[in-house]
Amino acid sequence: MRSIRWLAVVPFLALLVGPFFVNQPTPLILGLPFLLAWIVVWILITSLIMAVIYAVDPANREEGA
Amino acid sequence: MNGALPFIAAAALLALVLGFLARRGKDMNLEEWTVGGRGFGAIFVFLLLAGEIYTTFTFLGGSGYAYGKGAPAYYILAYGTLAYVLSYFMLPPIWRYAKEHRLYSQSDFFVRKYDSPALGVLVALVDIVALIPYLVLQFKGLGIIVDIAGYGAISPTVAIWIGAIIVAAYVMVSGVHGSAWTSVAKDTMILAIVIFLGLYLPLHYYGGLGPMFTAIEQAKPGFTVLPAHGESLWWYASTVLLTALGFFMWPHSFGSIYTAKNATVIRKNAIFLPLYQLILLFVFFVGFAATLQVPGLTGSNIDLALFKLSVKTFDPWFVGVIGATGIFTALVPGSMILMTAATLIANNLYRAVNPSADDRQVSYLAKLLVPLVALVAVFFTLKGGETIVALLLMGYSFVTQLFPSLILSLAHRNFATREGAAAGIIVGVATVATVSLTGMNFHKLAWLPSAIQDLNIGIVALVANFIVLIVVSLATRAAAAPAQAAAE
Repeated sequence: MRSIRWLAVVPFLALLVGPFFVNQPTPLILGLPFLLAWIVVWILITSLIMAVIYAVDPANREEGA
Repeated sequence: MNGALPFIAAAALLALVLGFLARRGKDMNLEEWTVGGRGFGAIFVFLLLAGEIYTTFTFLGGSGYAYGKGAPAYYILAYGTLAYVLSYFMLPPIWRYAKEHRLYSQSDFFVRKYDSPALGVLVALVDIVALIPYLVLQFKGLGIIVDIAGYGAISPTVAIWIGAIIVAAYVMVSGVHGSAWTSVAKDTMILAIVIFLGLYLPLHYYGGLGPMFTAIEQAKPGFTVLPAHGESLWWYASTVLLTALGFFMWPHSFGSIYTAKNATVIRKNAIFLPLYQLILLFVFFVGFAATLQVPGLTGSNIDLALFKLSVKTFDPWFVGVIGATGIFTALVPGSMILMTAATLIANNLYRAVNPSADDRQVSYLAKLLVPLVALVAVFFTLKGGETIVALLLMGYSFVTQLFPSLILSLAHRNFATREGAAAGIIVGVATVATVSLTGMNFHKLAWLPSAIQDLNIGIVALVANFIVLIVVSLATRAAAAPAQAAAE
C-alpha cells in the first residue's frame, strides 16, 4: 500500500499547475474570486489526502503512540 | 494613557510570565533547553512548526501584500501547503537521525551526515547570516505595531528595547520551552483576532466577501487574479516551488522537528498544518478590505494596512487587543530565532574551534550568547541601513541553498560528497548574493520569452548549486576511488 504515497503528487499539480487554468476573478465561489477559491479548495483536499496517506501508512502503526 | 496601552502592557507581561513558567520542573541542560528534551507531543510541535506561519511578516506583510498587490499574495497560502506535504516524507527521517545521534542543531545534521565539522561551520554561518536579519524583521515589526496600536504613546525604539529584553530573558531561562508556552497564547489570540477581523471588516464595509471582491474588481480590474506580466503565473509557480523547498531549511524550523517525541507526531501534523494555514486567508481578507478603505499606502507602508484600517474602524481598547496579538507574533518567532542562533554559535562555531568543550559548557555559553545576539539585532534594527534590508531579502534564498545537500543526504547511499555539498552551498549562496546585490533579474534579458522573464531568479542559484554539487561530488569520488582501492 506504499503506492498510496504517490497521492502526494496531486497537491503539487493542483497548486503549481492548476492556477494556469483557473486564473480568473469570476465566478465567485462562496464570495471568493475563482483563483483564490481554487487554492482554498485544494488546501482542504490536500489535508484530506494527507489524512488518507497517514491512515494507510504502516509506519504510523509500527511506532505506536 | 489611552485605552490601548493596558492591553499592550498585559501582552508583554503575559509573554514574560509564560516564558518563565515554562521552565518549571525542568533541569535546563542543553538537550532540554534547545530541543525540549525531545519530548514534545503533537500540540507543541504543531505550534512550533506553525509558529513559522504567523510571524509579524505574515500579520503585517500578508495583509499588506494583499492590500498592495492583490492576488500575488495567494502564493503564501500555496507554498506552506506544499511544504507540509513534503514534511510528511522529509521530516521523519531527519527526526529519527537527530534522535539517534543526539543532534541539537541543523548544522549538527550536516556534520554527522557528511562527517565534516567544517561543513557544519559553513552551514552554521549561512544560518546565522539568514537568522539575524529575520530577527531584525521581528523587532522592526514589533516597533511598528506598538507605535500604531499604542497611538504613538510608546516610541518604536522603546518598544524594541523592551521587547528584546523580555524575549532574551525568557529564552535564557526556558529555551524552547518558553517558545512553546508563549506560542499557546499567541496562537489562541491570533486565531480569534484574525478570524474576527477577516469576517467583520468585509461585512462592515462591503456587506460581505462577495460584494467586497466584486467592488475591488470593479475599482481595480485584474486585482484578484495574477497579472499577465511581472508577478504572473510563472512567477507564482516558480516562487511557490522555491519557497516550499526552502521552508524547513530555516534552522529554527528544522530545530523544532527535533523536539518531537516520535515521528508519528510529525506525520500527524502534516494533516492539520495545511488547514491551519487557512487562517492566512482571513489575513488576506483584512488586506483586501483595506484596499478601498485606506487607500494611498505605498512602498513599505503597505504593511501598515491592517492597523490603519483597525484604527479607523475600532475603539482604542480593541486596537490595543489587536496590538497585543501583534506583539506575540513578534516575540514567539523571535524567541525561536534567538535560541537557534545562540545554539548555532555555541554548539557549531565555538565547539568547532574547541572540540573538547562538553555539553555543559556549550549550554552555558549558548545562554550567555542570547542577550548578545539580541543586542546585535537591536543595533541593526535601530541603526541598520541598506545592508540589513538586502540581507532580509536574501535570507530565504540563503537557507534554500541547504536543500540539495540535505535531501541527498537522506538517501540510503548518499551520492553527494562533503566537498560537493560545501561547493554547492558556497556557489548557491554566492549566486544569491550577487543576484540580489546587483538587482539582477530575468527581465534584464529582454530576448527571453516573457514566461521565463517572470521566473523567480532564486531558481538560478538553486540550479547552479545543484550542478556544482554533482560535478564536485563526481570529481572527489573519482579522486578517492583509486586511493580506496589501494587501501583495500
